[in-house]
Amino acid sequence: MEKFIVLDSAAAALPTPDVDTDMIIRIERCVRTPRAEMGRWAFEMARYRADGSEDPGFPLNRAPFRGARILVAGQNFGCGSSREMAVWAIAGMGFRCVIAPSFGEIFYGNCFQNGVLAIRLPGPVVESLLNALGAASAPLRIRVDLPAQTVAGPDGAVHRFDIDPLRKKALLEGLDAIGMTLAREAEIAAWQAADRERRPWVWL
Amino acid sequence: MALTLFDKVWNAHVVADLGGGIALLHVDRHLLHDLGGGKALAEIAERGLPLRNPGLTFATADHVISSAPGRSGGAHDWAQVLVDSLRLETRKAGVRLFDVGGDEQGIVHVIGPELGITQPGMLVVCGDSHTCTIGALGALGFGIGASEILHVLATQTVEQRKPRTMRARFEGELPKGVYAKDMILALIGEIGMAGGVGYALEYAGAAVRALGMEGRLTLCNLSIELGAKVGMVAPDETTYAWLEGRHFAPQGAQWDAALAWWRTLPSDAAASFDREVELDAGGLAPQVTWGTSPEDTIAVDAQIPAAKPEALEYMGLSAGRPIAGTRIDRVFIGSCTNSRLPDLRAAAEVARGRRVAPHVRAWVVPGSVGVKRAAEAEGLDEVFLAAGFEWREPGCSLCVGANGELVEPGARCVSTSNRNFVGRQGPRARTHLASPATAAACALAGEIADVREFLR
Repeated sequence: MEKFIVLDSAAAALPTPDVDTDMIIRIERCVRTPRAEMGRWAFEMARYRADGSEDPGFPLNRAPFRGARILVAGQNFGCGSSREMAVWAIAGMGFRCVIAPSFGEIFYGNCFQNGVLAIRLPGPVVESLLNALGAASAPLRIRVDLPAQTVAGPDGAVHRFDIDPLRKKALLEGLDAIGMTLAREAEIAAWQAADRERRPWVWL
Repeated sequence: MALTLFDKVWNAHVVADLGGGIALLHVDRHLLHDLGGGKALAEIAERGLPLRNPGLTFATADHVISSAPGRSGGAHDWAQVLVDSLRLETRKAGVRLFDVGGDEQGIVHVIGPELGITQPGMLVVCGDSHTCTIGALGALGFGIGASEILHVLATQTVEQRKPRTMRARFEGELPKGVYAKDMILALIGEIGMAGGVGYALEYAGAAVRALGMEGRLTLCNLSIELGAKVGMVAPDETTYAWLEGRHFAPQGAQWDAALAWWRTLPSDAAASFDREVELDAGGLAPQVTWGTSPEDTIAVDAQIPAAKPEALEYMGLSAGRPIAGTRIDRVFIGSCTNSRLPDLRAAAEVARGRRVAPHVRAWVVPGSVGVKRAAEAEGLDEVFLAAGFEWREPGCSLCVGANGELVEPGARCVSTSNRNFVGRQGPRARTHLASPATAAACALAGEIADVREFLR
């Protein structure tokens, strides 16, 4: 997994609350589209018109948001289905970091599995970021510093965010979760041996 | 210290404390399905990693298979590829598969409990957000992503941050025509679709205790629509009586030992929850959704609210008008929410001796082969067919359209499933969530209708 340390990039705003993962990537894309092509189909129902052209009314189609690597979103972003393709699609669009007041929990976990940093900031802070980005006619930059756990907005205001130490370490070092857990094989084996005594009916 | 049901099951599965509130938890049952199961097994093999515990892993075909009578797999090449992959990879990995054509096949969250694979106090994961359904048994079930599936296959564990706890109490007695689906929709309407984010829910109260297992499964199924990954009901005599004798349920001395442990699981009387909500089940009416989120729910005899203009536009509805009387095109009775025997009985009770409106195409898709056969043994298929419903083969079908079965653009569908999101049942499809009985009433009326008028 690619390491994440500091990301200083143009940012895009998608203020809609409760954006669900069906909205982010349609189920038939999950079934039929290779991972490398998923970015093209992110948000397709809102992003494209019936004739396949881009819908200028969809926020992420705005010129100042092109090439942005940071997405600022509304509350409960990524709720609904567990499909990890939602993260692949967003990453495929170029986003490496999503900032929102809250996230769908499965989506939140899936982000870290794919080296995407999901950051929860207080509602009023996200709202001010969304407003600034929405009003700008040129790209605005946000600086995300993972070691310091800070987000510096376009106005220079610095906001601290919380992150689980384990997830932080995995992102900073580009670690693989499976490898980290396999290193605990002795603990797992001991737990299972004890559980076979404790709950024999569970074991098939 | 007084503990909740959730705490007890969580604590029983901690392999290691990873710090920062995250634990490494043991997975007792891992369920795979056709949407990603084959690919996950192939990927883990490519990495040269053996399955940690193939015997604790089960697979079924449900998402991409056709629900058409006479089907043998997917209706399209791209679907068949996934079914073939699941067949090949489960065979190679030594994972038990409940395949199309077999006696046990069905929707993953239907067959898990039905076959006794998932039991009280177990920790169950599946690459599907509706794994919360399993909480109805007093198990800790939650959905995981594709990366976590690989992690579980290789290590039989999953990393989780411990959520806070919330108890939702439904007191009183459900009126006629009101079901578990109406209870949970009303709760989502009350606290919102983000109201449960960060919580593990426990459903309690007299109206929950009075529900059968299938009603509890419906209740827990929609926990994720509150934003909660986990929703549970304490196991009780209803649970044990329902589970006993099922294929993978413990037997003999094993059953007695399991039962003794299960009886210790319900929340202690003094246990405290981080949040408590209470609803009066006796005051509930049949619910129907009007918008593009499960929280957009109203009583079927209420008026469409003046809220969320984008949702109203998508749904083609006008604020201030009654929701009842809205003309519909499709009805779908099925999904992991509402495809079990009592769901089909409730719908058949409404449909018996009546006819589906001529302009409506109405489907009944049983949740499993087991449900289908039991329904046929009672003659429910005859009731539906005589009324003009289609009686189809078990699978996820029109809930998510992963098999290519879709609601047409602009068409309006009353659905017993769990999500009325934009495009969920197909591009520009309009979904109204409701109970099976309400859905049946709507099919007959050809419009959104109050099922209570059909039950008098």
